[in-house]
Amino acid sequence: MPRRLAQAVVVLWAAFTLSFVVLYLLPGDAVLTKLGSAEGGVTASDAEVAAARAAHGLDDPLPVQYGKRLLAALRGDFGTSVSTGDDATHLVLSALPPTLAVTGLALVLAVLFGGGVAVLGTYTRQRWLGQLLLSLPPLGISLPSFWVGLVLIQVFSFQLRLVPALGSTGFASLVLPAVTLALPTGAIIGQVLAKSLRTQLAEPYVEVVLAKGASRGRVHFGHALRGAALPALTLVGVVAGNLLAGSVVTETVFARDGVGRVTAAAVTAQDIPVVQAVIVLAAFFFVAVNLAVDLLYPLLDPRLAAPAARTGKVTADA
Amino acid sequence: MPDLSVRDTGLHLLRRPGLVLSGVVIALVLLAAVAPALFTGQDPIAGVPAERLRGPSPSHLFGTDETGRDVFARVVHGAALSLRATVIAVLVALVSGAALGLLAGFRGGWLDSVVMRVIDVVQAVPAILLSLALVTALGFGTTNVAIAVGVSNLAAFARLMRAEVLRVRSGAFVEAARASGVRWSGVLGRHVLPNALGPVLVLATLTFGTAVLEVSALSFLGFGATPPTPEWGALVAGGRGFLATAWWMTTFPGLTVAAVVLATNRLGRALDGERSGR
Repeated sequence: MPRRLAQAVVVLWAAFTLSFVVLYLLPGDAVLTKLGSAEGGVTASDAEVAAARAAHGLDDPLPVQYGKRLLAALRGDFGTSVSTGDDATHLVLSALPPTLAVTGLALVLAVLFGGGVAVLGTYTRQRWLGQLLLSLPPLGISLPSFWVGLVLIQVFSFQLRLVPALGSTGFASLVLPAVTLALPTGAIIGQVLAKSLRTQLAEPYVEVVLAKGASRGRVHFGHALRGAALPALTLVGVVAGNLLAGSVVTETVFARDGVGRVTAAAVTAQDIPVVQAVIVLAAFFFVAVNLAVDLLYPLLDPRLAAPAARTGKVTADA
Repeated sequence: MPDLSVRDTGLHLLRRPGLVLSGVVIALVLLAAVAPALFTGQDPIAGVPAERLRGPSPSHLFGTDETGRDVFARVVHGAALSLRATVIAVLVALVSGAALGLLAGFRGGWLDSVVMRVIDVVQAVPAILLSLALVTALGFGTTNVAIAVGVSNLAAFARLMRAEVLRVRSGAFVEAARASGVRWSGVLGRHVLPNALGPVLVLATLTFGTAVLEVSALSFLGFGATPPTPEWGALVAGGRGFLATAWWMTTFPGLTVAAVVLATNRLGRALDGERSGR
């Protein structure tokens, strides 16, 4: 476990460094852009630009900038927002609760839909039904989610008047964004789970259990699903990241408050400190979820808890 | 299966109507990108104010928008820009990813470790967020969006290429070539690259669908083409304000994106199945 924690810290540091390289080293000067647009297109004087650069710490040599920013980031300080002047970390974290609400619901829906489709699609003896169900995940992956959100608004808000179209008040406003967000994620879960279920069902132990008199249902849900859930679980880190990234689009479509909205606005304003805070937050989610999965693994698969399983290399290359 | 006769190929395709349909969709979209005038004679930029917000009809297949522009014409003329961006994205991902993977797999040692750890980190950040960060730094516009999407998708290519290089490297024929005095650069060009090409091209086809989705998502968010220029994602964004009154403005451009992604994914899976010998 200490080894895993160390790896997690390295990934976070690397994500910070990657975002520093992308955001601070590439051409395109956020301060100039910012000053240019703030004055309504009038170019700011050299003195003003220099003052703004100094205020954002952009006039130090790059290694010094990197060191300073890394030290600050360790304290949770990513600098101040170029456009609002607020603390970037605070801006992103205060937008987190509404995003987590949608993301959480979306995760539940994705697991239910994706899992349901995969399990039923492989269980049914009706060939056409199986084919229909298993053709849903590839379809779900192919639909642009910004468009799915708009279609859902059209149908459920404007035609059927079931739920409010926009805004972030009440549980009803959660449903459509969560469904939109869940669709691509559920499709990925469905695809992976169906594949590993098929692999499991072809294993010799299935025949043994059937020969001993177990029902098809028992084999399917009791044995194969349990074995198939493990490979699907490695996806969870990716899934969490996708949900957070997907919220940029869904929150824009549904005009909801949250991290995604903050991100979209920050990119529009080329607000580098805020964008960097979001990137590191996403990496943090990825790392945290993967750590949680690593802790869960031995509970699901006793073989991994055995000392013979060695540390590391269990999920590292998944 | 190289010795399939024309008749067998025909039968093979007849049993896969989805695959044929996918091919037709891709062919039509490519044609629209090259020669939009074949599909529509209407102007995608200048509208006819008298025909504002008309629903779909024989004269306006996809209806018209708030300034009386034909939505079908805008979708057709948008194909060139959207496809160009997608192709740039896939090329960036393929070339840079394959180069990194080749380097890592071939040189091995510390270089391999460094490159692959960087790739690990790239994969820890969701592709859309990484491309948003790149767009923040590079600035807006379709080309920058395409480059950003390409870079954020290079990790899969690097991994695949490295795995292929390692696989081919240990082959007996590579050993034979080395033993008979061929230099590593010669082995690389003659043996390693051609062998690795197949799986990389399959991945490129599958990445094409992802790239169409990501490019259109970024342009939907407003980081791509500037307003009057038709681009699929931007077209959907343009119809957002008219959801209640003019459903066709968002529905048809969105369906176009979905159809292209479905078709390329179907094609990619067919190629994949063909390669792994199904």
